[in-house]
Order: sequence, then structure tokens, then C-alpha cells
Amino acid sequence: MSRWLALLLLLASFAVQAHKPSDSYLRLKIDGAQVSGQWDIALRDLEQAIGLDANGDGEITWGELRARQSDIGAYALARLSLSGDGENCPLRVSAHQVDHHSDGAYEVLRFAAECAAAPAAIEIGYSLFFDFDAQHKGLLNLEYQGKIQSLVFSPGRSKQRFELGEMSSFRQFLSYAREGVWHIWIGYDHILFLVSLLLPAVLLRERKHWSPVARFPDAFWDVFKIVTSFTVAHSITLSLAALGVISLPSRLVESAIAASVVLAALNNLLPVVGGRRWVVAFAFGLIHGFGFASVLTELGLPRDALVLALVGFNLGVEGGQLTIVAAFLPLAYALRESWFYRRVVLFGGSIAIVTIAMIWLLERALNLKLITP
Amino acid sequence: MRHLLPLGFALILGFGSGAAMAAPYTPKSDAEVLERLPFKATAAEGRELRALRRAHAEQPQDLERALALAQRYFDLASAEGDPRYVGYAEAVIRPWSSAAAPPVESLIMRALVRQYRHEFDAALADLGRAAEIDPEIAKIWTWRAAILLVQADYAGARAACARLAPLASALLNTSCNAAIDARTGKAEQAYSDLSAALARRPDAGPELKLWIQTRLAEAAVQLGRAELAERHFKAGLALGITDGYILAAYADFLLDQGRPLDAVALLKDWERSDVLLLRLALSEQAAGLPSAAAHVKMLQERFDASALRGDKLHQQDEARFHLAMLGDSKGAVRLAAENYRVQREASDARMLMEAALAARDYAAAQPALDWMKSSGYEDPVCEKLAQQLQAGAN
Repeated sequence: MSRWLALLLLLASFAVQAHKPSDSYLRLKIDGAQVSGQWDIALRDLEQAIGLDANGDGEITWGELRARQSDIGAYALARLSLSGDGENCPLRVSAHQVDHHSDGAYEVLRFAAECAAAPAAIEIGYSLFFDFDAQHKGLLNLEYQGKIQSLVFSPGRSKQRFELGEMSSFRQFLSYAREGVWHIWIGYDHILFLVSLLLPAVLLRERKHWSPVARFPDAFWDVFKIVTSFTVAHSITLSLAALGVISLPSRLVESAIAASVVLAALNNLLPVVGGRRWVVAFAFGLIHGFGFASVLTELGLPRDALVLALVGFNLGVEGGQLTIVAAFLPLAYALRESWFYRRVVLFGGSIAIVTIAMIWLLERALNLKLITP
Repeated sequence: MRHLLPLGFALILGFGSGAAMAAPYTPKSDAEVLERLPFKATAAEGRELRALRRAHAEQPQDLERALALAQRYFDLASAEGDPRYVGYAEAVIRPWSSAAAPPVESLIMRALVRQYRHEFDAALADLGRAAEIDPEIAKIWTWRAAILLVQADYAGARAACARLAPLASALLNTSCNAAIDARTGKAEQAYSDLSAALARRPDAGPELKLWIQTRLAEAAVQLGRAELAERHFKAGLALGITDGYILAAYADFLLDQGRPLDAVALLKDWERSDVLLLRLALSEQAAGLPSAAAHVKMLQERFDASALRGDKLHQQDEARFHLAMLGDSKGAVRLAAENYRVQREASDARMLMEAALAARDYAAAQPALDWMKSSGYEDPVCEKLAQQLQAGAN
């Protein structure tokens, strides 16, 4: 009877969990034939598995843990296997330390493994605690050539295989550059900002009137100054933000980006800043850099190839930007004398940009959802 | 580009929490205490558990012994709020539950484990198979009622209570039905039935009294009788049993009453429980206490750890964290909606409505509004939220 009531009690309380279930954190770094590992294992679990609390007082001290270190090493490494291309890579303990995770103290077991040769594929078998805890999970971070892969071992999935392949620094650099190109192309607000500044580049403002520039180099240098200063500015803030030196609230950044597009396009309708649009490009470029940084964060930066990835991404952004400019400039130059360019492209285009960017600004500043760009 | 917004947010949070990560170290003294276990090996619980483990280890193929140990682990999980023991219980019965025709007791145990992991349909299926083998086991029907309540299937829960009736005492039957009444527009009746039942049984054990006091307090809250509710919460706490559920419910009540300082006093020693830590941080924030910041960070770390594992067991709390602490109403709606697909208790519905209202995503609250209507659930706070949502949508 009382047991059934206890069960009803449980029913009411099953949402109240004080801790998370058991996890271990396994980090492997593969460097040629050498593998180095760090394995964080909860003391609570080790207590259940082999017993650590020697004096039975309910507390595990460093002395009690230290006394069992060799047993811990033997117990844990017997439940982990590494093989490179089908050949076992023997494991040996290199150090014992302690760390604290969100749910308590952990043994930090450092170990090394040596494979016969640098493997092309590696297979990892994990069975720690699965015999007595059906909900235990092993969370693996595998690092290879600056790239980190994460996955989870569970009783239903105790073996994992990785194809290491050839991931050279150059290929990694290229993959970040590709992401950079892609993100400027789908980043409509950055493109519209740039286009707003570039639209008048093939024209001259004289006595409140637009007239076409006479020579291509005039237009080219104007564009060159704008693009360069935008690039320099956003490179600065992109780097600072990606490296964690500065961080701004994203709502502020995104709102300011939208505002910059509004102002840049408005300037084409009611010119305030004439030939010095490169200054505007620089000032607002600083804000746009923070926007790029959030994309880069989403991709994740490899810790040991941080600069490489950053430069690759940035160059990709510039490459994407230059492609847009290269398509825009000859076309605009060819059309610069036409009524169409001045009325429809410059005037109509700027009005359209102001409208779209105003909607973005409202959405972002007030956290509304008006359109989905 | 809108997708950059949450990412920018993650950027700031990411760098914030990265800096706080601890690093491995070597303790200076052998006497340094690294971990405190839930109980001493020499204490009664420790001795009892050791005896059960030894008995099981001697004859691992003995189902009776395995079930005794598994049940003990499962009880410990609830007493200590520690899900590790559920994993232990599951592993102990695995040889039987993975068999082609599992014995009835191991089916029931697996159902408990599965409901703990919020695999409610699988748990109900296990209970169904168990009932086919032996429908005279009361436990099957209490658990079936309990799970169906969480799924807001009140007709099903009522039927389970009816199957329980000939197998259990009047008191248990009253409790089973009152739990349904309280959620289906009969809070007044649930309150009077429960208090009458409690008055008739002054000899009831403290755990049962705690359970009834908690239910009485909740019913009083639903009836808008704050003073009465407070009396029941205090009576429950005065029984001196450690129970996370009543602490959380009382803290939520105090927060709703605009008394965050009282909630802080109630929970100040409960950092170790995720559920109570969230309420502590919410109270500190509401009271404007500087200690809120550290607790918010602690919570973020715990949610991160559980995300790494791939768990989705705390989505109601995670939604509340996103809404109240991170100011991320859209994320809160997403989490609350996902949670509501699995769990449909009143607090789950309330969370969904609050998040949807904050995000002005009125359509997202529809399942909770439908539930309010079909169940007839009474609660001033939920009713007000439903009105605001309907006004907003029109």
C-alpha cells in the first residue's frame, strides 16, 4: 500500500531532477600515429564501479582518489579501445588530475596511444559503465588537423568509426573562404549597403544634378575607395569580435546594420555626403563586421587554426564582394548616361532599398516579424 | 539575415561561458574533499543498498533479487533527485526486459524507467503488456493513470482509476480521482474530497500527508485562495521531508504572489537542484539581488551540459530560462511548444502561453488554449493568459 502511494508521490515529482544523468567527457587528439587523450570521469560513477570512499564517511578526498589511481586507469582503459586501420593502438595512462563539471568532481585521466602508422580511419570502442548504468553516455570530442568532431557513445551505440582522410590546412582555408563567399551572397543587407554606396559612383553631382562621369577611371577609383574602406573596416571588427575581444548585443548590431542601409540609400535621394562616401563605408563597415562575426561563430573556429580560418573567411567575403562589384561596375558605366539609370536604377532603386531596410530596421529594433527576407 | 540575430546572441553567451570553464588541477592536500556522496556507506541507506547489491551479485540470474535492487535504485532516484539511479535500475533488469517475453514485474520496471525518460507511449505499451499478463497488479493502474494525466488524457486516466478501485484502498482511490478532478474543472471537489480523506486518516504516514498537502495547496491556488494555499504549503513543509516538488511549487506560488524575497529564503541552500536553482535565480532577479548573475551562469552551464548529452528532459524549465533570463521569447516559444508535444500538464500549458504571449506568436499557444477549453481547467493565472492571448490574436 505505502509503496503504491510512494509511486503516486513519484508521479508528482518526476519533473524534479536534481542532477543530470551520468556522462563522461572524452577528448582525443590525433596527430599522425600519436593519439593523446583526456577522459573526465565522474567520481560518483567511479564510486559505484570500483568504490573510492575507503573510510565510508560519504566523502571522497584527494587522498582516497589518489590511492585508487592505478585501479581507475586499468578499469577505464580496459573499457576503451582505439584502432587505426584495423590495428589496435595500445593505450597507456600518462597523468591523473581532477576537475569540476556542472554536476560534481571528475577524475581527469590523461592517456596516450600509439598506432602502428598514421591511420586513414580510426575506430573507437567505448563501454565504460554500460554494464551497470543503462543511461550513461560518453561524449567524445575528436580533434584532427584542427577540426573537431563531436559524437555520443551510448549502450546502443558503443562503436564509432571515423574516416580521417586528408584534411590539409589549405583545404581547411579554402572551406572557410567558400563560407565567406556564400555568406556575403546570401547577406542581402550587406549587399544592399554596398550597392547603395556604389550606385552614384558612375555619376557626378553638380548643382543639384546628376551627370555621368566622363572617364572609366573616375568611376573605378570611386568604387575602389569605397570597397577598400568597407573591407578594411569590417575586417577590423570581424577579427575583434571573432577573437572575443569585443562583443555587442546582436539586436543592436543587426538594427544598426539595417539603419546603415537606410542612410546609405537615403543619401542617394537627398545627397548629404557627396564624394566622401568612402568615409561612410568605413564607419558603417565597422558595424557590418560584427554581423559577419556571428556567422563565423556559427561555423565554429578551429582553435589551433584560428587565424587561418579567420583570414580564409575574410578573403572569401572580399572575393564575394569583388564579384558583385565586377558585375555591377561595367554595367553601371555602360548605362550611366541613360535616363533609365538615373531615374529607375538610382532613384527607384534607392527608394526600394530605403523601404526594405526600414522594414528590417523596425523588425530588428522592435523584435517584430513583418516580412521574412 | 534574420538568422544572424540569435547567432549574435550565442556569440556573446558563448564567449562568456567559455571563459568560465574550469581547468584540470592537482589538489594540494590529501584531505581535500572532492565529492560528497548522497549518503554514507555506513548509514542505513548505504547498508541496505550494499546488502541488495551483494545479494544480486551472488545470483545475478535471480529475478526477485534483481527487482528488489532495481526498485531500491528507482526509489533513490526520486528521493535524491538523481537520475543516475534510474540508469542503474534499467541496467539491473536488462537481462529480463530485453527477453522476447519479459516477466510482468520487469515490464513494469521498464515502464517506470521509460516514463522517467519521457518516453510515455513506450511506457504505456509496457504497462499494457503487463496488464495482459496480470491485471490485478495495482501498480500498473496507478502508473497508467499518472502517465495519462501528463498526456492530458483525462478519460483514459479516469478509466485507469476505475481499474484500480477494487485493488486499492479508499484513500488511494480518492487520490487518483482527485488528481483528475483538479485538472478538469472540479478543483473545489478535489479539494474537499482530499481534505475529508486526510481528516479521516490522521494515522497516515508523513509521505502521504506531504503528497496530500501539496495537492491541497495546488487546488487552493487554482481556486484563487492564496492564504489557504500558503497554509497547506507550510503544513507540508512542516512534515520535515525533503521533497523538491513542494519546494518548487511553493516557490512558484511565492513568485506569483510577488514575494521573491520569501522564495529566496526558501531556496537559498538548493543550488544543487536544477529545478530549484532556476526558481532561486528567478526570485533573485525579481528581487533585484546581485547574486542572480552567478546563478544564471550556473544554469547556463547545466543546460549546456544537458544539450551535449542530447537530453530534452527539462524543456519547460529551459523555456522559462530563455524567457525570463535571456529575454529570448522566440527560443522560449520553440522550447515550450516542443515540450508541450510531450508533456501537457497545467504548468506546461502555462509556460507555452506565457512564451507565446511574450513573443506575440499567438498561434503557437493554440494547443494550450484548446486544452484549457476542453478540460475546463480552473486557474486564475492561466485564465488571464488565455484572455490576453485571445485579445492579442484578434
